[in-house]
Amino acid sequence: MIRVVLPAHLKILAKISGEVELEVVGTPSPTSVIDALEARFPMLLGTIRDPVTRQRRKFVRFYACERDLSLEPIDVSLPDDVSQGREPFFVIGAMAGG
Amino acid sequence: MSGVRVLVGTRKGAFVLRADGARKKWDVSGPFFGGWEIFHVKGSPVDPNRIYASQSTSWFGQLIQRSDDGGLTWEPVGNQFLYDGVPGTHQWYDGTPHPWEFARVWHLEPSLSDPDTVLAGVEDAALFRSVDGGLSWSELSGLRDHETGPAWQPGAGGMCLHTIIVSPKDPRRIFVAISSAGAFRSDDEGTTWRPINHGLHSEGLPDEDAEVGHCVHRIAMHPSNPDVLYMQKHWDVMRSDNAGDSWSEVSGNLPSDFGFAIDVHAHESETVYVVPITSDSEHFPPEGKLRVYRSRTAGNEWEPLTKGLPQEHCYVDVLRDAMAVDSLEDCGVYFGTTGGQVYASANSGDSWEPIVRDLPAVLSVEVQTLA
Repeated sequence: MIRVVLPAHLKILAKISGEVELEVVGTPSPTSVIDALEARFPMLLGTIRDPVTRQRRKFVRFYACERDLSLEPIDVSLPDDVSQGREPFFVIGAMAGG
Repeated sequence: MSGVRVLVGTRKGAFVLRADGARKKWDVSGPFFGGWEIFHVKGSPVDPNRIYASQSTSWFGQLIQRSDDGGLTWEPVGNQFLYDGVPGTHQWYDGTPHPWEFARVWHLEPSLSDPDTVLAGVEDAALFRSVDGGLSWSELSGLRDHETGPAWQPGAGGMCLHTIIVSPKDPRRIFVAISSAGAFRSDDEGTTWRPINHGLHSEGLPDEDAEVGHCVHRIAMHPSNPDVLYMQKHWDVMRSDNAGDSWSEVSGNLPSDFGFAIDVHAHESETVYVVPITSDSEHFPPEGKLRVYRSRTAGNEWEPLTKGLPQEHCYVDVLRDAMAVDSLEDCGVYFGTTGGQVYASANSGDSWEPIVRDLPAVLSVEVQTLA
C-alpha cells in the first residue's frame, strides 16, 4: 500500500481529504503510483503529467523521505519506507510568490 | 419571472451572479474552483442549465468543468486537447519556427442548437469541438492547417484563439479571431478557412495591410444581422458589412481606439459598446475615467456613458471577453474589470451600478437571460 499526499487544489478536484492509499502492482515508482492515482481518480488526468508527453508538469514536484525525486528517472524504485507505507509519496505544487 | 444569470471568470475562480428582471438585487455565489484561473464561463443557448467553464493553472494544466443545474454544482469533463496529426510549427517571437503547444482554453462557445456541442478556442491557436458535452474534444484542424499557419505569431498574451461566433442564420458559417494572426471565416462548419482581414491596417506589421498578422482583440455580431461584424482591434474599432470580406474603420470620436471589449445591443443591431483603453502600454482608461462608449450609428459617432462609473483615479482594464448583454426588454449591459468590479446597466448603458466590487481580476463576463 502506497500513501500519497496531494496538493490542496488536487484534493478538492478529487473530492478527498487527507492522504490517498493506493495498491500498486509491482515495484512502486513515480510512474506506477501516478498511473494508479489517475486510474482511481480520473479527474486528475492531465493535472500532474502532461496528457501528451506523460512528463511531469514543470511546476509539480515529487518528494519522499525528505528527498526530491522529481529529477530521478520516472521508473526509479521508490524508497522502501514509501513502498511499505511507512512514509508518504508527496505530489507538490511548486511555491510561487505574488 | 424573468431574470438574468451573470457568469464571471476571474484570475482566482468563477462566480455566478443572479437577479430577477429588475436587476437591482443580486445574489452572488462562488468562488467556484477557487485559486484557478477561469478564462471563460458560458451557458448553452438551448439549455440554460448547461454551462461550460474553462479552468486552468500553470501548475496543473487545463480542466473543463460542466454544470447541468445552472451553476449550482459542477463536474470535470474532458481535458484532452490533442492537436490533429503532426502539429508542425508557427512563428515564435524571434521569428524562428516553434512547435504548436497547447496552453489553455480561452473561449468556449456552446452550440446554438445542441447543448452537447461546444467549440473551444485555445492557445496555441486552434479550434476544437466536442459533441458529447465536453467529454471528448477533436480539433477542426483546417484552421491551423491554413497555408498561413506557419507564419502566425503570438502577441504578448500568447497566441490565443479568443473569439468564436457561429452565424445564427447559417450554422455552417463560423468566425474566429486569433491574436495575433487576425480574423478567419469558415463557410463549411469549420472544415476550411480563409483570412478575412482586408481593410485592417496595423502599424506594428512590416506590411501594414498584410493578409494575416493583425492583433484582433474581439469581434461582435448582432444575431439579426450576421453579415455585420464589429471589431476591436489592438488599435482601431472596425466594422464589416459583408461578413468580414472587407473592413472599414469606425473609431470616429473615441478618446482612444485601443481597447479589448466590444459588444452589440440585444435589440438594436447598430448600437455598439466599447471601453476605450489609453494605449497598448497603458492598459487603463484615458484620464483615469472609466467610460463605456456607445454608438447608435454602427460606429463613427460615439457618446460616453459615465453615470455610476468612477470618473477619477480609475486605472483598471476591461479584457476582451469581459463584456456581455442580456436580452430583456430594456437591454442590460455588463462588464468586469481587472480591479474586480462587475458593473451592470439595466438601461442600455445610460446608468451603471456595481454588482460586486472586490472580486479577483475579471477575465470574462457572460450573461444568460432566463425565462
